[in-house]
Amino acid sequence: MALPYGLRAGMEPSLPRVGRAGEGGVAGRIRKGTDPPACADPHNPFRGAQMIGSPLLASTLDLLALEPPGWGAVLLLGLWRSVLIAAGAFALGLVIGFFGAYGKLYGGPVTRDLLAIYTTVVRAVPELILILILYFAVTDALNQVLLAMGGEKVQISGVVAGVLVLGVVQGAYATEVLRGAIQSVPAGQIEAARAMGMPAALLARRVTLPLMLALALPGLANLWLIATKDTALLAVVGFAELTQSTRQAASTTKAFFTFYAAAGVLYLAVSILSTLVFALIERRARRGQRRVAG
Amino acid sequence: MTTDRPEAIRVDGLHKSFGAHEVLKGVSLTAREGDVVAIIGGSGSGKSTMLRCINFLETPSSGRITIAGETVAMRPDGSPADRRQIERIRQSLGMVFQSFNLWTHRTVLENLIEVPVHVLKLPKDQAIARARKLLARVGLAEKEGAYPAFMSGGQQQRAAIARALCMEPRAMLFDEPTSALDPELVGEVLQVIRGLAEEGRTMILVTHEMKFAREVADHVIYLHNGRIEEEGPPDQLFGGPKSDRLKQFLKSVA
Repeated sequence: MALPYGLRAGMEPSLPRVGRAGEGGVAGRIRKGTDPPACADPHNPFRGAQMIGSPLLASTLDLLALEPPGWGAVLLLGLWRSVLIAAGAFALGLVIGFFGAYGKLYGGPVTRDLLAIYTTVVRAVPELILILILYFAVTDALNQVLLAMGGEKVQISGVVAGVLVLGVVQGAYATEVLRGAIQSVPAGQIEAARAMGMPAALLARRVTLPLMLALALPGLANLWLIATKDTALLAVVGFAELTQSTRQAASTTKAFFTFYAAAGVLYLAVSILSTLVFALIERRARRGQRRVAG
Repeated sequence: MTTDRPEAIRVDGLHKSFGAHEVLKGVSLTAREGDVVAIIGGSGSGKSTMLRCINFLETPSSGRITIAGETVAMRPDGSPADRRQIERIRQSLGMVFQSFNLWTHRTVLENLIEVPVHVLKLPKDQAIARARKLLARVGLAEKEGAYPAFMSGGQQQRAAIARALCMEPRAMLFDEPTSALDPELVGEVLQVIRGLAEEGRTMILVTHEMKFAREVADHVIYLHNGRIEEEGPPDQLFGGPKSDRLKQFLKSVA
């Protein structure tokens, strides 16, 4: 955005400092002459400004303000929903992954085959398709069954659909991450517990899980970050998570750069915060391990 | 060996195959209370497998295991029929591994009290008191807060012995306890094991330390290719081996 201003004002593109100085002036000038007119649509007070030129640097803060003319609150609500769905899907994925991993490792032949089909299919089909299938096809089928049984139609809420679909997807990947981690726990650690008569469930909780956590965390951190970003796919079913809210704000105000950049910053903030949290957990999980020098 | 003491561990006609490969071809042993039985033999002779079948870390293919008069119920394929029984029997047999196998995510003290607290349901303060006494005994009183990865092999193995003792087992099973140690650390571990033998603990010891086996064992079993080639009191076995294979073996490890 800075460059077009700079260029339009006749500046050399290779002189960003000058360009930026000029841009401030231009923005200030335009800003003065184009105060948002009173507008019937409370969400669209900036249309006038958009029509005569471009979004303005000084008005960016107004656009992102939390108070109703600004879209900040809408974006933050979208972010909250995204994080909520990601957390729900991640948790569901962990539960599925935990049982999936143990099923793949110690289950009977039928369990193993079913799990192999699950992880293969879910990891092969794009999440987008899975979301559309669950949201439209499954809802439709469910309603036909409900109607046939004399029940009432239901509408799956965006949050439920999101958590279910992304959770099932996460579960397939988590199954593989956790299976690999469980298999990487040194056999002697488990054997020592078995030799002392530790029952299987206690052994899993007290020995296998803590030891495999250190091995699984990098993969699980990846899954969590993917979950936060995959929530954006729910925009296709019109669910107002962060991406959908951003799209709404951007298309209404035509301030595309401002809002998509803002959304990017919010996703980045979530990512950075998550990385810090995962680093803390991993440090705890790696207690007692010697670090390789160099 | 007097015969009036009750049998602690009895193995009858034990067979074990891994696929088509038969590792144990019908071996038996009896350890009465207070006996120290040493199992020696070359690499691949089946001595570790024999020991590991006693507490069912390996599933026997056939045969009978009797611990303190209680015969382990086995399915036709040799796997234990009653998981509870196996857990109970394992709790009465302290196992010490070649590679120590202390839990890396727990301190030494946590390693010792883990099973007493969570499986045997011993009150935590009692478990800690018992653990500290044992750590002092194996010379690791200062190390209770250390993680295993930061200790020497000898220290780890002594802690592992203390961990097994913390269960107050009826008998101890040692699976080549000094084979993974640097030569200068072997002595400190053998000293702890010798102390246990001297206080009359029942032990079965798989070892490559012939001199040590001769010193502490009441009975020595020489395994070759999954069969007991020769057995008897240590002086007889080491002093006057009868079979050519044992003569050869003793020459090769001397």
